[in-house]
Amino acid sequence: MDDAAAPYVEVSGLCVVGREDGAAPVPIIIDLNFAIARGEVLALIGESGSGKTTAALALMGYARRGCSITAGHVRVGITDVLALPPHGLTAYRGRNVTYVAQSAAASFNPSQRIMSQVIEPALVHGLMSRGEAEDKARMLFRALALPDPEGVGSRYPHQVSGGQLQRLMAAMALITGPDLVILDEPTTALDVTTQIEVLWAFRNVVRQLHTTAVYVSHDLPVVAQLADRVVVLHGGKEQETAPIATILHEAEHPYTRSLLAAAKPSSKVASTPVAADAKRDVLAISGLVAGYGGLDAQGMPRFPVLHDIGFGIGPGSVLGVIGESGCGKSTLAQVIAGLLPAAHGTMLLDGRELPRRVAERTPEQLQAVQIVFQMADVALNPARTVAGILARPLKFYHGMRGAAARRRVAELLDMVHLSLQLAERYPDELSGGQKQRVNLARALAAEPKLILCDEVTSALDTIVAAAVLELLAELRRELGVALMFISHDLSTIRAICDQVMVLYAGRAVEAGPRATLESKPMHPYTELLLASVPELRTDWLDGIERAALEEASAGLTMEDLHRPCPFFRRCPVHLPGLCDVQPPPVQRLSKGAAIACHRTEDELRQAQ
Amino acid sequence: MSAAQRTAVVAPVRRRSVTLGLSATGCVAALVVIALLVLAVIGPMLAPYPPGAIVTDDLFGPMSRAHLFGTDYLGRDMLSRILESARYTLGIALPAAALASLTGTSLGMLAASAGGLTDAALSRAMDTLICFPSIIFSLVVVAACGSSVTVLILTAGVIYTPGCFRIVRSIATDISAKDFVHAARARGERSPAIVLEEILPNMVAPILTDFGLRFVFIVLLLSSLSFLGLGIQPPYSDWGGLVRENLDGLSSGAPAVLIPAICIAVLTVSINLLIDSLPSRKGARRG
Repeated sequence: MDDAAAPYVEVSGLCVVGREDGAAPVPIIIDLNFAIARGEVLALIGESGSGKTTAALALMGYARRGCSITAGHVRVGITDVLALPPHGLTAYRGRNVTYVAQSAAASFNPSQRIMSQVIEPALVHGLMSRGEAEDKARMLFRALALPDPEGVGSRYPHQVSGGQLQRLMAAMALITGPDLVILDEPTTALDVTTQIEVLWAFRNVVRQLHTTAVYVSHDLPVVAQLADRVVVLHGGKEQETAPIATILHEAEHPYTRSLLAAAKPSSKVASTPVAADAKRDVLAISGLVAGYGGLDAQGMPRFPVLHDIGFGIGPGSVLGVIGESGCGKSTLAQVIAGLLPAAHGTMLLDGRELPRRVAERTPEQLQAVQIVFQMADVALNPARTVAGILARPLKFYHGMRGAAARRRVAELLDMVHLSLQLAERYPDELSGGQKQRVNLARALAAEPKLILCDEVTSALDTIVAAAVLELLAELRRELGVALMFISHDLSTIRAICDQVMVLYAGRAVEAGPRATLESKPMHPYTELLLASVPELRTDWLDGIERAALEEASAGLTMEDLHRPCPFFRRCPVHLPGLCDVQPPPVQRLSKGAAIACHRTEDELRQAQ
Repeated sequence: MSAAQRTAVVAPVRRRSVTLGLSATGCVAALVVIALLVLAVIGPMLAPYPPGAIVTDDLFGPMSRAHLFGTDYLGRDMLSRILESARYTLGIALPAAALASLTGTSLGMLAASAGGLTDAALSRAMDTLICFPSIIFSLVVVAACGSSVTVLILTAGVIYTPGCFRIVRSIATDISAKDFVHAARARGERSPAIVLEEILPNMVAPILTDFGLRFVFIVLLLSSLSFLGLGIQPPYSDWGGLVRENLDGLSSGAPAVLIPAICIAVLTVSINLLIDSLPSRKGARRG
């Protein structure tokens, strides 16, 4: 069927343009060429807006709304994709080329059982009978290391975890035995400990079935685990194409180098904290309990999220709060901001009690604590200009209006390195990085003592995120503002924080200076978290032991939440009879950190 | 760059052209609506005949030099009737639609921002109101209070409040969950300021679109009421009433029935086109 001399998949001279009503066409892909050999995994890598997804979709003969493919050839196997008539495309898509989207949760129909959705492509294209398709699906479930491969098909999508759903979507893509699979950022939305299991399963199945695949991603360490070759895209143009090892070690193009630099862990932006003994903490918290639902007789919320959290943030210092999704880190920011009143505990702002509800706080207290949200685009009012958005806190806190407010808006924009011309723009006319800078400027407008940064860089590209981090470090240096920096990303936390606190299931399992993340022994969960971050080398995934992988992928269940130590089930060094009976004591380690664990420092050192 | 220069750069207000950012269709629609409003005010002064006077024996007469829009079922001049009726149609439907939008928006915002008991009470009250068929409701009110312009405006306004309330409440609830509202709340802003500064500016487009729809419904309700004899009382009439009273002429294609129907169509379509083409920020550009 395939011609051995020619590459299996070939794209040449591909051009895609986008058109807005009445506006001149904007080129999205410019003269793109690449080829993929049979059984090869090619990665398309670049920032958002680089055209990587557009290029991948062109392999399916598809252009998103408002876009059109204007030139070039796309050949997959013996099919000239762009020459296919509409009904030919329908037969081709889902059979010869399949697609795994970023969010499996959004791609599954919540009201149909998983099996019927996974085998649907095979049935639609009339490739096999229902029974054969189900057999093949179960074979794929096993290949993808899904727990309970026989029974998982009869569940509904909400009954399996996010990582499992992503693997089920891969099974759906592989069921027709396609010539080419397109994986579009399939692990970007997952936690690191979930990502590792999905990556591992993907790589195994790709090797086992000799699948030809295109892997679209912005994340070089992830790509390094799967791809054979890499095409680096920037502004719709190919910058560099090379085998993955060459990219990692001998990248030539300056853009590729900047991507590599942004992906490497660095702590160069972090500066030494203001002398610890300088003043009392800006914010001191102890015994904080918070959650959702009404309070019961003991004053505990019906769905507790945070348990007995305590910490202090010194003036001008940065506390990093790290944990996976659902661990309560965003809730912590909301509790401190007063949006979600705490059930128990005390919060002291500059040594004076900070009321739990935002409505009971004095203007000075409100002004002192500002919050910046993760999703920059929904955190800005789309109906107001940048100047209007920034003018609001100026008027609210400082009674500033007219020329004085305009001057201050200009200063604030300057502070976050935005051009003054943006002042009259609306949020939807800004890029993601610009929006997040406006969010920061709005928090700065209050002249706060503490800014709560809730995953402020998570939705941004690596290079843009690095620039925002640098800005935060600079603001803290120049304005002396303290930060509570919430993130799920270890390298981000390392880059900016003086102190770190690791949260698991709403409990602080480890807290200490930044160095605590670098030196062992550490809390078993901290160790797992660190081990799950992909490294910028191709053999990282091979080095992960099977046991460690299982521990990582175990996830958190409802019953774990009620255990004295919620990490008990996943913990490699747990002590049955002790850890599942008594809550772990807090102990100080010689490296200066405090952990909540029954194991002694020596025992942990031996195990790690 | 000095502070003064900076201010100078920030200062320029966005330039607005004479078309207010309307599209060509929008401009035409705006002109038509303005023309109709002007006619409603000064129309009776332009009327060639007294609107209630029977001026010819020619019933359902065709268009002619003497009667530009023909004559009606009693031999009255249709042009004069149309000009006279415009003030009733516009004078009742516009304020009634405005009333419905205003109360619906205020109550919807109140329900969405207050939540809890207020929301439940208001929502159930609106559900109750929406249960009554609009004709029955108007029949009862008009039978009890008598038919007058004020009663008709209030009745129509009340009947169409729940529709607006529901739309506003659901959109406002949606917007309240957005982070920029959380940011305002964390800033310490009170609810009225949040509603006016953060939520309302994002709802102008749907509220206006809803207003256009309500307006059309009210024009139709008015004509139904006129048909039942409960609307504008003869010899006066609104456009819907003119259609109803001249319905017999439909088989002969008399202009007396077609012209008022066309007038209603032109008015409602223009209002809706105008609203649709108002420049809206939301969704105008997607990066």
